[in-house]
Amino acid sequence: MKRSVLDLWVGFFVAIGIGALLFLSLKVSSFSGIDPQETYTVSARFDNIGGLKVKAPVRSAGVLVGRVMDIRLDAETYEALVEMRINSHYLFPADSFAAIYTSGLLGDQYIGLQAGVETEKLLAEGSEIKRTQSAVVLESLVSQFLFNKAEEGQGTP
Amino acid sequence: MSRVLDMLRFLGGQVIDRVWRLGRASCFFLAVLMKSGAALLRFSLLFREIWFAGVLSLLIILVSGLFVGLVLGLQGYEILQRYGSAQALGTMVALSLLRELGPVVAALLFASRAGSAITAEIGLMKATEQLKAMDMMAVDPVARVVAPRFWGGVISMPILAMLFSTMGILGGWLIGVVFLGVDDGAFWSSMRASVDFRHDVWNGVFKSVIFGVAVSLIAVFEGYYSEPTAEGVSRAITRTVVTSALVILALDFVLTSFMFKGMS
Repeated sequence: MKRSVLDLWVGFFVAIGIGALLFLSLKVSSFSGIDPQETYTVSARFDNIGGLKVKAPVRSAGVLVGRVMDIRLDAETYEALVEMRINSHYLFPADSFAAIYTSGLLGDQYIGLQAGVETEKLLAEGSEIKRTQSAVVLESLVSQFLFNKAEEGQGTP
Repeated sequence: MSRVLDMLRFLGGQVIDRVWRLGRASCFFLAVLMKSGAALLRFSLLFREIWFAGVLSLLIILVSGLFVGLVLGLQGYEILQRYGSAQALGTMVALSLLRELGPVVAALLFASRAGSAITAEIGLMKATEQLKAMDMMAVDPVARVVAPRFWGGVISMPILAMLFSTMGILGGWLIGVVFLGVDDGAFWSSMRASVDFRHDVWNGVFKSVIFGVAVSLIAVFEGYYSEPTAEGVSRAITRTVVTSALVILALDFVLTSFMFKGMS
């Protein structure tokens, strides 16, 4: 095998390898690890986060605006402290409302952000969302329903 | 009683033999790494080995990748459409190829196509005393013969694995979108939404690099320490393929359990 032909083949081999990597990175996958340069971190406290996981999406009006980065238990108040990174293209009023919803009946849980009415102050790096609503836990919903039924039964002997 | 003792002796001998081979392979690995400076700088040597291990394996990798993708497309569609989610076909095909099938099947094919060839070449060089002749001319055979083949394999393996995954995804697309009528946009967008570059693509590439090191090391080791007879070389080739396959599958389990542990 002549040297120049060999070089040509190896060059071709490496080139289609790079082509495959480009295809895999651009067409097949996406960088969901959000660039930390273009985000700001806000936190929120919930009484109960249900099945929320790290990397769960943060949506506003159904549009993905960020991801949950960290979930901790506040040792003093026994509340769940959720930190999320939000894309800095999206700015929210300081009195925005965060709730944990479930996509579908039994799907994954995500944080829904509803914009508040405040016009002066915006959520910024490190700020906390004060108004939150916990996840709906199916078991407590069922038990509440059963208690109500039982009480109704006692009312009419 | 003496039969029990014989069996115990046999067992002990086997274990000592295995451990001894493992230790010698580790020493050999270190020696190859120490002496690979010249091999990496002499591009003509390295290019020949990349051509030998990579370019010549191209056809089998591309064709197998295409067929694996076609089968994944057919089977995945069959299962997914029962649950009315045939548009998730792209996700299924891409994730199974990028995380598991691409690196593992490409490494198995690479071991049987290129690994066996490397073992045969080095084994025959040893059997015909070419390695000894080199040694007498003060040319270190590990630096001149072994190291370029090792690095050629290590460089070729991730490229081959990526090409395998790419061909597989195109095969899945061909079956799913062109023949079975899954929506083209949904196929690609559901794939992009759930395939993460760092977690899926990059971990797959990392896996294939590890497999490349393992297969290349086994191939050069078995060749270099083969018995210098016709039978010894043929045994060494068989051992290369069998050991590589076992090591690939075992390493795959270990790597997977570390990589995808905390992922939902």
